[in-house]
Amino acid sequence: MARMKFLCDAERCIECNGCVTACKQEHEIPWGVNRRRVVTINDGVPGERSISVACMHCSDAPCMAVCPVDCFYRTDDGVVLHDKDLCIGCGYCFYACPFGAPQFPQAGAFGVRGKMDKCTFCAGGPEPNNSEAEFKKYGRNRLAEGKLPVCAEMCSTKALLGGEGDVLADIYRERVTSRGKGSEVWGWATAYGRPEAPKGAPGAAPAPGAAPPPAAPAGGAKS
Amino acid sequence: MIRYGIVALAAMLALVVAGCGERPQVVSYKQGHYQGKPDQKAYETAPWNGNQRDWELALANRNQSQNEYKRIR
Repeated sequence: MARMKFLCDAERCIECNGCVTACKQEHEIPWGVNRRRVVTINDGVPGERSISVACMHCSDAPCMAVCPVDCFYRTDDGVVLHDKDLCIGCGYCFYACPFGAPQFPQAGAFGVRGKMDKCTFCAGGPEPNNSEAEFKKYGRNRLAEGKLPVCAEMCSTKALLGGEGDVLADIYRERVTSRGKGSEVWGWATAYGRPEAPKGAPGAAPAPGAAPPPAAPAGGAKS
Repeated sequence: MIRYGIVALAAMLALVVAGCGERPQVVSYKQGHYQGKPDQKAYETAPWNGNQRDWELALANRNQSQNEYKRIR
């Protein structure tokens, strides 16, 4: 069974906000709610980096842990979803989430919070697949159509990848080894290594005591 | 006077023994269970009609289309 994940390549993201726009358009998300957004570090400074952020569909989701009405659930594919009929709009999940994924529509003049809305990995929610009720509450269910999240599929530079975690790791590993830098960073083997891969294959675990892969020279090939 | 002493001692003993019956007052938090409506699996409805394998294959194909190194080969 697949384990759905997002992966954003900061080397490729050009801060076009196409993913944000596509998400809003696909799910007809109301004004003031952004299921996805692009965050830029050192904006305007040479070497700035951007990354597209939404719900990361955590394996041990804090929103799930703090919800007082237990309206969250995880599908077999590892997608964290919630039941809007049960949500009381308390905002605990917003405080718990390290990514600021839960969003609350401002429903009234006095700052009244509506029911929580967040990225569904384009997997809808607890309503019949592709029904009108599902679309109104959670947006389109692309997974049930055999498609991946629209933000990732339409990303022009393919900075944002979405789908099965292992496949994404393979794609990213190939990309980084092709552009010749990135694999020297701390934690690379843990995140993208393949302990089961034969020796010498991309991402194979290094032999004990082996030197880390060399960093590419400055101005090396970029993908 | 001795009687008062015995009463005071008994009261003190009762207090000390009462301490043994104290129960831990720390709340133990437990992971909740989903209370909402059940959801359908993605492959349960048309066009998959329960065919999980076909659905997974379709997703795997879409997944690979994100890899331009494979697309240009």
